[in-house]
Amino acid sequence: MKIAVLVKYIPNPEGTPEMGSDFRLKREGVEAALDPGDEHGVEAALQLAGADGEVTYVTMGPEPAAAAIRRALSMGGHKGVHVKDDALKGADALVTAKALAAALKRDQYDLVITGVESTDGYTGTLPMTVAELLGIPSATFARKLEAKDGGISIERQTAGGYDSVECSLPALVTVTAGANEPRYPTLKGIMAAKQKPMDTLSVSDLGLSAEDATPTQEVMGIEPVPAKEAGEILEAGDDTAARVVEFLRSAKVI
Amino acid sequence: MLHPLFTEEHEQLRRSVRQFVESELAPHAQEWEREGGFPDWVFKRMGDLGFMGVRFPEEYGGQGGDWGHSIVIAEEMARCGSGGVGMAIAVQSEMATPPIFKFGTEAQKQRYLVPAIKGEKIVCLGITEPNAGSDVAGIETTARPDGDGGWVINGRKIFITNGVRADFCVLVTRNDKEAGHHGFSLFLVDTDTPGFEVSRKLDKLGMRSSDTAELVLDDVRVPSEQLLGEQGHGFVEIMWELQGERLIGVAGSVAGAWLVFDRTMEYAKQRMAFGRPIGSFQVNRHKFATMATELEAARQLTYDTALAWERGEYPVQQISMAKLYGGLVANRVMNECLQLWGGMGYATETGIDRAWRDARLLRIGGGTDEVMREVIAKTMGL
Ligand SMILES: Cc1cc2nc3c(=O)[nH]c(=O)nc-3n(C[C@H](O)[C@H](O)[C@H](O)COP(=O)(O)OP(=O)(O)OC[C@H]3O[C@@H](n4cnc5c(N)ncnc54)[C@H](O)[C@@H]3O)c2cc1C
Repeated sequence: MKIAVLVKYIPNPEGTPEMGSDFRLKREGVEAALDPGDEHGVEAALQLAGADGEVTYVTMGPEPAAAAIRRALSMGGHKGVHVKDDALKGADALVTAKALAAALKRDQYDLVITGVESTDGYTGTLPMTVAELLGIPSATFARKLEAKDGGISIERQTAGGYDSVECSLPALVTVTAGANEPRYPTLKGIMAAKQKPMDTLSVSDLGLSAEDATPTQEVMGIEPVPAKEAGEILEAGDDTAARVVEFLRSAKVI
Repeated sequence: MLHPLFTEEHEQLRRSVRQFVESELAPHAQEWEREGGFPDWVFKRMGDLGFMGVRFPEEYGGQGGDWGHSIVIAEEMARCGSGGVGMAIAVQSEMATPPIFKFGTEAQKQRYLVPAIKGEKIVCLGITEPNAGSDVAGIETTARPDGDGGWVINGRKIFITNGVRADFCVLVTRNDKEAGHHGFSLFLVDTDTPGFEVSRKLDKLGMRSSDTAELVLDDVRVPSEQLLGEQGHGFVEIMWELQGERLIGVAGSVAGAWLVFDRTMEYAKQRMAFGRPIGSFQVNRHKFATMATELEAARQLTYDTALAWERGEYPVQQISMAKLYGGLVANRVMNECLQLWGGMGYATETGIDRAWRDARLLRIGGGTDEVMREVIAKTMGL
C-alpha cells in the first residue's frame, strides 16, 4: 500500500506556545517538534504499509518544519515532501488544505493518514477539507484501522463506544492517540533518515495561484482566557444541604 | 551550544530514550525501590528498542554508535528516578559486554554478546571479592587447568550487580599466583554451570532496585573456549574495562544530580518561609550558584573525556579525574538539595531521599575516591 502521512512541526508541544505581534503563533526561532498527535499517524502508516508498502510524509511550514519529516523518517518510511513558500506564511486551514492537497495530487496514494487535529491550531477541519479537495472519502477518529478486502476498515471512536466503518481506497483516515503506541526512533533509524529523499515544493511547483495562497480569514485580535475565579468552599454544617440546593438553583441546574 | 561530543542526531536519540524512560520506566520507580528489584522485561524491551549496546557494530545487533551515544543513554536513564535500573543496564551494555567485544572470539560474540545486546541474556561482571575490592590484584579466585584443556574455577565474588539473576558472568580469576600482574585471566561462565551458586542477595543503602549478589564458585568446570581474551592478560583487560565503566558511571550520576538540582530549584522558588521563597535567601541562592558551577564543571570534564576517548586517546588520568570529581560533586549536590527540601527531602515520597542514597555509590563502586586519587597521582609520576 502506498501511504501519505500529513505531519506538522509545532512550537513547544509541552509548554505554552508564544503569540507574535501579528497574532500568529511564533514558529521560527523557537523550540519545536513533530506534533505528538502525528506520531500516531506515522505509526499507523508504518504498521499498515508493512514490508512492501511505501510511506511518504508531507508537511507545510517554514524551513525548520523539515525536522518534522526527518523525525517521522527516523521512525521509518521512505521519503518526505516539504511545502515551503513565504507566500504561505499566515495560511489559514483552508489555504493549508489547498497546498497539502496539491502536494498529494502529484502522486497516487492509496491512503492519506493524518492526526485528528494539530496540537497548536486545534481547528480539526484540515483532514476533511483535504479529502474534499482530493475528492476521496474520509473516515475519521480511527482508534483502530486495518486493510480489508482492498479497502480500509476502522473503528471510529464515539462518545459511548465505536462505529465500524469500511471504506474503499483511495481514502483519508484520521487516527486518534488511542490507535497505537508510536515507536521510538532508534539510532539506526535516526542515521538512516538523514539519507532518505526529501522534495521541497513552492506554491508555483504546486500550480497554485496567488489567490489560492491567500487566507480567507484574518485574525483581528487575541485575548487571553480570563483566569478562573476561586471557587466557594462550603463547610459542613446544618445549613449545607440547603445552601447547595440554593446554589444549584441560582446556577439554573435544578 | 552542543558540546562537540554530540551532533543533532545524538539529541534525537536523547529524545527517543527520554520518551521511553519517562513513559515506561519512571512510573515504576517507587515500586521497584520497594520491591528491591525491577523486572527482566526492562532488559528485553531496551534490547528491542536498540538502546542496549548502542556503541557495538550493527553486525552484533548494536547500533554502530559512538561514545556520545553511550553518554546520552547513561544520562537519560537517570530520568527513570531509580539509580539501580540505570546501573544494571549500564553493567549489561557498557561494563560486562565491552570486554567480550574487544577480547572475545567470534563464537563468544555470537553466543554471549549478541543475546546480551538483545536483552535476552542478562550478564554480570565479577571482579570484587570478600577479601579484595580496591586491590584488584589481590583477588583469590583461582582458575587452574583441569588437565583436559579446560579449567576449574574456585572462589567467591561479592557486590555483583545483576548477579542474582544473570545468565552468565564475565569473571576475573587468577590462573597463576607466581606470575604477578601477568597471572590473571577472564572467563565467560554460564551461571547454570554446576558449582556456580548465588549464595545471597545483599541488602543495601541505595541502588535498591538493582540486585547485588554474593557468588560462590566451587569446582566450576569450564571448557577452554570459555577463556575470554588472552590467558594471563586478565589484569590489563579488566583495567581497560574499568575505564569505560567509570566514564559511564559518572555520566549517569552527574545527570542524576542535575535532575535533582532542577527539581530543587523549582521547589525553592515556591516553598515559602518567613514570607519569602526559600530560594531567595542569599545563603540558598549562593548554594544554587555553587552547585550549578560544580555540576557544569563535572559535566564538561565528562564530555571532554568521552570525546578524547572517541578521538582515539586512552585518557586514564582524565577518566579518573572525571569519576573522582563527578562523584564528589554529585554527592555534595544531593546533600545540599536534600537539605533544601527539609523534611520533604527526608521523607520517601519525593524520591529525593532515593537520589541521595543512590548517589553515594559513585564514590565507592568502580573504584573508590581514594583509588581514583591513587591512579591520578600515579599518572602524574608521583
Ligand atoms: C552497589 C554496588 C554494586 C557493585 N557492583 C559491582 C559489580 O557489578 N562487580 C564488581 O566486581 N564489583 C562491584 N562492586 C564492588 C565495588 O567495585 C567495590 O566495592 C569497590 O571497588 C571498593 O572495594 P571494597 O568494597 O572492597 O572496599 P575496600 O577496597 O575494602 O576499601 C575500603 C576503604 O579503604 C580505602 N582504601 C583502599 N585502598 C586504599 C589505598 N591504597 N589508599 C587509601 N585508601 C584505600 C577505600 O578507598 C575505601 O574507602 C559493587 C559495589 C556496590 C556497593
